Amino acid sequence: MWAMVAKEFRQLRRDRRTLVMMLVLPVLLLVVFGYAANFEVHDISTVVVGPDAGTMASSLHAPLHVVSVDPSRSESFATSELRHGTAVVGVVTGPGGALVLMDGSQLFSVQTAEAALAKLAPSAGAGGHAMQVRILFNPSLKTSWVMVPGLAGLILVFIGTMITSLGVVRERQAGTLEQLAVMPLRAFQVIAGKIALYLAVAACDLTLVVLVGMGLFGVPFVGNVGTFLLGAALFLLVTLGMGVLVSTLSQNQGQAIQLAFLLILPQVLLSGLIFPVSSMAVGVRWISYILPLTYFIDISRGVMLKGAPIGSLLEPIVLLAVLAVVVLGLAIVRFRRDLAPSPAKGHSDQRVAA
Amino acid sequence: MTFGLDAVTVRYGRQTALDAVSLAVEPGRVSAVVGGDGAGKSTALAALVGLINPADGLVRRPAKTEIGYVPATAGHYGDLTVEENLLFTAQAFRMAPGERDARMNMLLEQTGLQGARRRLGGQLSGGMQRKLAVAMALVHNPKLLVLDEPTTGVDPLSRVDLWRLISQAAAGGVAVAVATTYVNEAARATTIALLSSGRALAAGSPDAILTSIPGTLGATTGPSRPTDRSWRRGAMWRVWVPNETLPDGVEGVSADFEDAVVVAELAAAEVSR
Repeated sequence: MWAMVAKEFRQLRRDRRTLVMMLVLPVLLLVVFGYAANFEVHDISTVVVGPDAGTMASSLHAPLHVVSVDPSRSESFATSELRHGTAVVGVVTGPGGALVLMDGSQLFSVQTAEAALAKLAPSAGAGGHAMQVRILFNPSLKTSWVMVPGLAGLILVFIGTMITSLGVVRERQAGTLEQLAVMPLRAFQVIAGKIALYLAVAACDLTLVVLVGMGLFGVPFVGNVGTFLLGAALFLLVTLGMGVLVSTLSQNQGQAIQLAFLLILPQVLLSGLIFPVSSMAVGVRWISYILPLTYFIDISRGVMLKGAPIGSLLEPIVLLAVLAVVVLGLAIVRFRRDLAPSPAKGHSDQRVAA
Repeated sequence: MTFGLDAVTVRYGRQTALDAVSLAVEPGRVSAVVGGDGAGKSTALAALVGLINPADGLVRRPAKTEIGYVPATAGHYGDLTVEENLLFTAQAFRMAPGERDARMNMLLEQTGLQGARRRLGGQLSGGMQRKLAVAMALVHNPKLLVLDEPTTGVDPLSRVDLWRLISQAAAGGVAVAVATTYVNEAARATTIALLSSGRALAAGSPDAILTSIPGTLGATTGPSRPTDRSWRRGAMWRVWVPNETLPDGVEGVSADFEDAVVVAELAAAEVSR
């Protein structure tokens, strides 16, 4: 047995990447996710409208953060602000009291806002503002309604990153990548050829997950399918690019799985799928902003639950497009280097004979 | 047009993998790169097809569309059938369907893989897998065919078949470069580059290499190794000396190509002492 133990230690010592993952990663994950794992929401953007908007706004305090006060606006404006994601809570004041609208797609924010308003109600009531709360987009505050659009994205991350990287690395391990390098194929063509399959499979999976989510859990799809597909397509391009990028950094399938895992885990915990991004420590939150799933969740929840128009989702769509260009560009550059090495320094001459 | 390497040097970081190696690969001829493990054979062929860029020297090769290459690894897709493997290569080289089908059928016949055309590449025997890889490299009628150890680990009968394929390709005007560890196979080549530790120990035709070996070669019998410059050939010991004086009991013999390769290695070691 000792011979076996000694052999394993020797092998692990030479597998530096695994060693680092085993020793450094747990500490890193603990620190990062410790700051991320927070259900408490400290900042809830709130719009206040109606004739008594000014008075009402002055009576609201943290975690409700008033971002807009407009006495000339009505309920429709507040609803629109919630649909566009500009605010999570909308307070509509009127002669008969205040109507509080809440964005049900933001579960934890709604729960925190309800608790805050419960404390506020006696004083507000003293000011003549009886409050009526109405939850929009997810009236029963069902967790499944919030999770399914996000899980659809998570499945795409898994296929796009893990499966794609394994597919390309398998080619490297089999030695067929060398053959491809000698064939008259451009790096772009090889990548496009490789990811076309995964794109199709991921598209089928996405459709299946959304349909099952709607059928089994009654998750609504109230928005525009085209907007959803545009977001999904951009998101898929990023995840597939990440898969190819991982494959260019991995010599074997074990390394590819490790690296893909490193990219997938943060997306599970830091994208807003489970913990609200706004609750995360500022030092950790920036990681969320470079994760594609963060933006896809905005799009999928926005379209499916809130019927958000494309105009209100431009920011996540544009950012996903930027990520797609950057990640795919990097993947192509690195993959091209694998297929056709750049000229070495020195005095070499490569003459292509006619 | 002659393809090949002219004084090509390849470096991996500080390590010199190939040191000013030359190899002429002429149309209609087979050129062999011979040497043991780590000699630089694969590096030389990788430089020839453009997988590696040399630090120095000149590489002459046709356009990518006219190169057929079989790497030392599998060289085919184990989860595609024989026919699908050939079809993929033909399509990658943008062959017209008519020409493609005719060429595929001809190669399947030449390789004896007609009966296995619907079998998965991974289910073929080692020899059949290498034949498939060579057929894939030939499907688009390349001007330059580069084969990295196509016969290593292959049974003797399949090796004969593979060399028949290689010879047929050369007879058809293809310039062929083959890396091999089998000295008897290398003797079939028109031109040979004998490599050791990235350096060319000898180069030229098999006859030229044979006549250029330095020192004196002898043979003897006995249970133990006669000198530290001796090696087994069947029941006999071959003994080489860098001068003309063979040890007592050792009779002078004519060298064959296998002897010439060993002597070249010994002579190089002698110089570096």
